Amino acid sequence: MLKINAMRWRHFYLDRLVQIFVYLAVFLVCAVFLWILIDLLRGGFAHISWGFLIESPRDAGRAGGIGSILVSTVLILLVALAAALPLAWTAAALLAEYVSTTSKLGIVVHYSLQVLAGVPSIVFGLFGNAFFSIYLGLGFSILSGGLTLACMLLPILVSTAEAGLRAVPDSYRSAAAALGMSRAAALFHLLLPIAAPTLAAGLLLGIGRAVAETAALLFTSGYADRMPGSLLDSGRALALHIFDLSMNVPGGDAPAYASALVLVAMLLCINIFAMKLVQDWQRRRTILE
Amino acid sequence: MNPNKPITTQAISGEESGFTLGPLQMGPVCCDPQSVIQVENLSLRYGDKTALDKVTLDIYRGCITALIGPSGCGKTSFLSAINRLTDLIPNCVIGGRIRVDGQDIHATESNVQALRRKVGMVFQKPTPFPLSIRRNFSLPLREHGVTRRSEIDAISEQVLRDVGLWDEVCDRLDTAALSLSGGQQQRLCIARALALNPQILLMDEPCSALDPIASGVVEDLISRLRGRYTIVIVTHNLAQARRIANYAAFFWVKERAGQLVEFGQCRHIFETPTHQLTAAYISGARG
Repeated sequence: MLKINAMRWRHFYLDRLVQIFVYLAVFLVCAVFLWILIDLLRGGFAHISWGFLIESPRDAGRAGGIGSILVSTVLILLVALAAALPLAWTAAALLAEYVSTTSKLGIVVHYSLQVLAGVPSIVFGLFGNAFFSIYLGLGFSILSGGLTLACMLLPILVSTAEAGLRAVPDSYRSAAAALGMSRAAALFHLLLPIAAPTLAAGLLLGIGRAVAETAALLFTSGYADRMPGSLLDSGRALALHIFDLSMNVPGGDAPAYASALVLVAMLLCINIFAMKLVQDWQRRRTILE
Repeated sequence: MNPNKPITTQAISGEESGFTLGPLQMGPVCCDPQSVIQVENLSLRYGDKTALDKVTLDIYRGCITALIGPSGCGKTSFLSAINRLTDLIPNCVIGGRIRVDGQDIHATESNVQALRRKVGMVFQKPTPFPLSIRRNFSLPLREHGVTRRSEIDAISEQVLRDVGLWDEVCDRLDTAALSLSGGQQQRLCIARALALNPQILLMDEPCSALDPIASGVVEDLISRLRGRYTIVIVTHNLAQARRIANYAAFFWVKERAGQLVEFGQCRHIFETPTHQLTAAYISGARG
């Protein structure tokens, strides 16, 4: 009797303890995010205005706005995604559907992606500078910055998309094959729509990483803060602008805070928008329940 | 009996059926068997594990042939070798010859897409695509060159009527196929296979994932397909095999490889089996 009671107490306390730790962890994660957000709002909200969003920076960023920098950031991001997405998703389809993980090609590709994922961004920057800027003659430009970012995004995009495709049950593949559908048709009409949420998650991770990137862009897209005239113009990314304001420009704290706030808001908007887009697309292509 | 005389619906089930697709095949059901699938010395290996060893078997036109035997004796492997679904398994090696309608399915000139159109398959777990009911039909039909919407709709309606699902789903063709019940999903899969107008239907334990009532409905449906389609069905339910099959093939594992022990008319296999193993399995003494 005594033993049973002791057991009961132990279970009770163990359950409580686990519960407390779980809630504590959740609270801490939320607290970090809120703290950053509140700090940014406090330091930067007063500085944000319509003018700040559309004007070009003056006096090394102390005055004026971040209009030209936003344009450069978006252009760099678009170049990176346009270059990386088709390549990454095709590679993922190849790895998940056509090549076995134990084959030579599969092993080589997986290994190179792992290595690529572990390379620090400053190394990507140096590579981009040597290859895109100098060897291909693109100079310090949005194009070479975007292409360098594309190289950085490849491992994230490929591995998430591959995992998403692999998670689709094999029964769909056999059912499609048994109906005489080609592998390509099954891929486009069934597997990709089913895997769409994972593809989107990878895309969002990639966008987050691209927008936050500083080091790789320092050597490739440069830091001219004027409005870019073309993709071959140099353009300063938002993250780089924040770095420059806070490290090199005395009195640049307020615009740095405001820029960081804009960066976070931009990421949030992109995430919500992309999620919505993918959900709509999936709803149109598949009906789950 | 005159082999060229078409069998009427009554001759098969005795009841009025609403079939609109799939004309009855010529020839009496099982009095004068004509083989449509000829399997000679079929051996099948996954890597170095032998699943089937030298199976020789003829499947007769218009009949239901049941494959029985314990798990792991190669029944499903045998089934998926017939429509070359084994091609999807990377380390699967096939020896021997399978001819469907007299044509070697592994010959270089044979087209696997055409073969799978001729030889439909229904799986153990219902596998409707996570799309609308309508699109479950239009996707494979489009793949086989049927692109006119009116034609697709007509075919879908016909096969859904054939499997007795039309009245249950006609007002919600654009809703999710996954929202149907298990039995309905399986009948949808049978209808989807029928939509391509196959000659042969392979069924891999089509009732084992269903509750007894849904299972009964699907079983009746399979019975009614007799004569229109040549059916090869894997089942662990001996009573079911006995009820619906014309022929039965008994597989057993010998020396770690699946082998065909006995093949014959269902009646013979169940009542007067010639092989001891068969008798033991049928009576429940082994297996």
